[in-house]
Amino acid sequence: MSRLVITNGRVVTAAGIESAAVTIEAGRIAAIGAADVEGAAVIDAKGALVAPGLVDLGVFAIDLPAFTAGGITRAALMPDQSRPLDDLALIQRAAAAGKPQVWIHPMAAATRGLEGAELAEVGLMKRGGACAIATGRGRIANSGVMYRLLAYAAAIDMVVVVHAEDEGLVGNAVATDSEIATRLGLASAPAVGEAMAIARDIALAEETGAHVHFRQVTTAAGFALVRAAKARGVRVTCGITPAHLLLSDTAIGAFRTFARLSPALRGEDDRKAALAAVADGTVDVICSGHDPRGPEAKRLPYADADPGMAGAETLLALSLALVRDGLIDLPRLFTLLAATPAKLLQLPGGAIAVGEEADLVIVDPDAPWIIDGERFAASAGNTPFEGLPVQGKVIRTIKGGYPQT
Amino acid sequence: MAASAPPTPHWPHGVHPFPHRHLTGIAGLKAHEITFLLDEAEQWVTMNRARTKHDDRLASLTQINAFFENSTRTLLSFEIAGKRLGADVVNMHAATSSVKKGETLIDTAVTLNAMRADVIVIRHDASGAVQLIADKVDCPVLNAGDGRHEHPTQALLDALTIRRRKGGIAGLRVAICGDVLHSRVARSNILCLGTLGAEVRVVAPPTLMPAAIDRMGVRAFTDLDAGLDGAEVVMMLRLQRERMAGGFVPSEREYHAFWGLDPERLSRAAPDALVMHPGPMNRGVEITSSVADDPARSAITEQVEMGVAVRMACLDVLTRRRRGVEGWA
Repeated sequence: MSRLVITNGRVVTAAGIESAAVTIEAGRIAAIGAADVEGAAVIDAKGALVAPGLVDLGVFAIDLPAFTAGGITRAALMPDQSRPLDDLALIQRAAAAGKPQVWIHPMAAATRGLEGAELAEVGLMKRGGACAIATGRGRIANSGVMYRLLAYAAAIDMVVVVHAEDEGLVGNAVATDSEIATRLGLASAPAVGEAMAIARDIALAEETGAHVHFRQVTTAAGFALVRAAKARGVRVTCGITPAHLLLSDTAIGAFRTFARLSPALRGEDDRKAALAAVADGTVDVICSGHDPRGPEAKRLPYADADPGMAGAETLLALSLALVRDGLIDLPRLFTLLAATPAKLLQLPGGAIAVGEEADLVIVDPDAPWIIDGERFAASAGNTPFEGLPVQGKVIRTIKGGYPQT
Repeated sequence: MAASAPPTPHWPHGVHPFPHRHLTGIAGLKAHEITFLLDEAEQWVTMNRARTKHDDRLASLTQINAFFENSTRTLLSFEIAGKRLGADVVNMHAATSSVKKGETLIDTAVTLNAMRADVIVIRHDASGAVQLIADKVDCPVLNAGDGRHEHPTQALLDALTIRRRKGGIAGLRVAICGDVLHSRVARSNILCLGTLGAEVRVVAPPTLMPAAIDRMGVRAFTDLDAGLDGAEVVMMLRLQRERMAGGFVPSEREYHAFWGLDPERLSRAAPDALVMHPGPMNRGVEITSSVADDPARSAITEQVEMGVAVRMACLDVLTRRRRGVEGWA
């Protein structure tokens, strides 16, 4: 295979940012620093950032154009598909679905049919390419089932990605208890439903030694529990999407179903707690939660609409706001977006280092644009950020040494 | 946006009395806009009491009452209101039992629009459904109740009833009692009476009290006696029977014991307190018959009467632009 050299880039590595050329050979990073462009294909980064391709922990659809447009080179697929990914063959098929453009890493359904009752064949699915076990959009209500799942997962060394909401408390609620929900007359539930679920799963993680990853933590009480558990040495990690960092429930406005998410958007105090949790290192992963939904699922009364947002293409630009606001620096941002999720899922990539797979994204971090769902490459444009001016454009996504278009 | 102001002595020059295309809720209405609708309703109260109850101003206009949720009195009230103004009134009773009711909602809106309705009255069991339809049609839309969100004409008829009985609304202490959580009537009344300057209280069992209700400018009470103290208007809400079977309150009997309005409880309120109920009543549960039927205190039948007049006013005002009324076109 021929050589590819990316010149004039500002390369984001764990150590910091350095102006360097990146040389790629046979799909891997061969050198960082001075490069021999003789006989090589050259991409001139023109001073843009050269960063690791994003590893998106928890997408609901295989939406390759959206991933490439968003700089995502690996996506961990939630088991909530039209047929839940609870079977080896389904995992194998999903794992092959994106290659070579984007590698899809399916997560095994924790229980058969995601019904929360009987353990699925998670070990066999791991052999078939499942990168994690996931409870899906809901949690496992039965604590006995959850306990056995975690004990089993610990033994086969798989991270368990969980959704943290107490189903009894949340019930049919579509919003968090607040003035907004009350004024709109939307069924709402107290935010503490999240902390209740997190507390149980931390206790079970501690008991079993399993690694539990809370895909989205969105409340002050939830972050406090995760922070304390980490301090005790419990194997727990947590993630969040830009929506819960940048929006509170006022974004629901007059029944805007694009703001219907799961968990529901929270109040301003919880949003500020989420930003603080990013700043102090409690949050390990920022993910898109990519869940494209067409009008048949969204052009409905608020409570009838499906939750979810198309997030792949806005993940990077929205996350860059955290750097501009001084919460974190650029290397830390790419740790949250790439290195940590890759590590959690035991995947290669996620960092720019010699010998690593050449999954890269070239980003102009300052380029301004306005979020417009109609112009998304995604299969649907359901973004709660419609009309928001942002900065940060993906110029090129390079997967396994191949520039994608 | 707003058309030029019609000649009217009630409003500051240049301020349009009612610049809204739809009536989807009380939220967003200014005090003078609410007052304008109440003033407009007065003439219809008078006419409805006359022998000839007819006016032709909506002649040749089509009014569609699209009710996606069961209703007897509100539908009847809107139908009578439209007919007394000369409109061609059509009722559409769509059952909401179908699983994907929302899916047909936009389609229904488009269908009604294609039939060239001139005003559409909608009731739906989902909060926000009326707004969704209003965004998709070319004609004015009137909300006849959406989920637990709003029921603006109920609030207007309540305000008109109170104004006529009490001479005004500003400064009155009003207690809204019962299942506030699930009540669109409560929400619209809180907004309407609050905007008109009343001191609004809500009284509900803790399980039926909405979160952060104080942020809507009301005082919340879980104790009925405390909430009724000095109230000049007592507005009782209907509690649906299925919510009394242990889900939200332990039983009908317990609900009545703690939150039911009887003469003794009513004595906590102001001596001439007005008793109201949006109907239909669960007699012996949230209100005893002796209170509901006391002509000196109860305004319940008057509320029904005001309902027709208020709805006539809303139908008239909302169709003025379309009818080319001077100052509204």
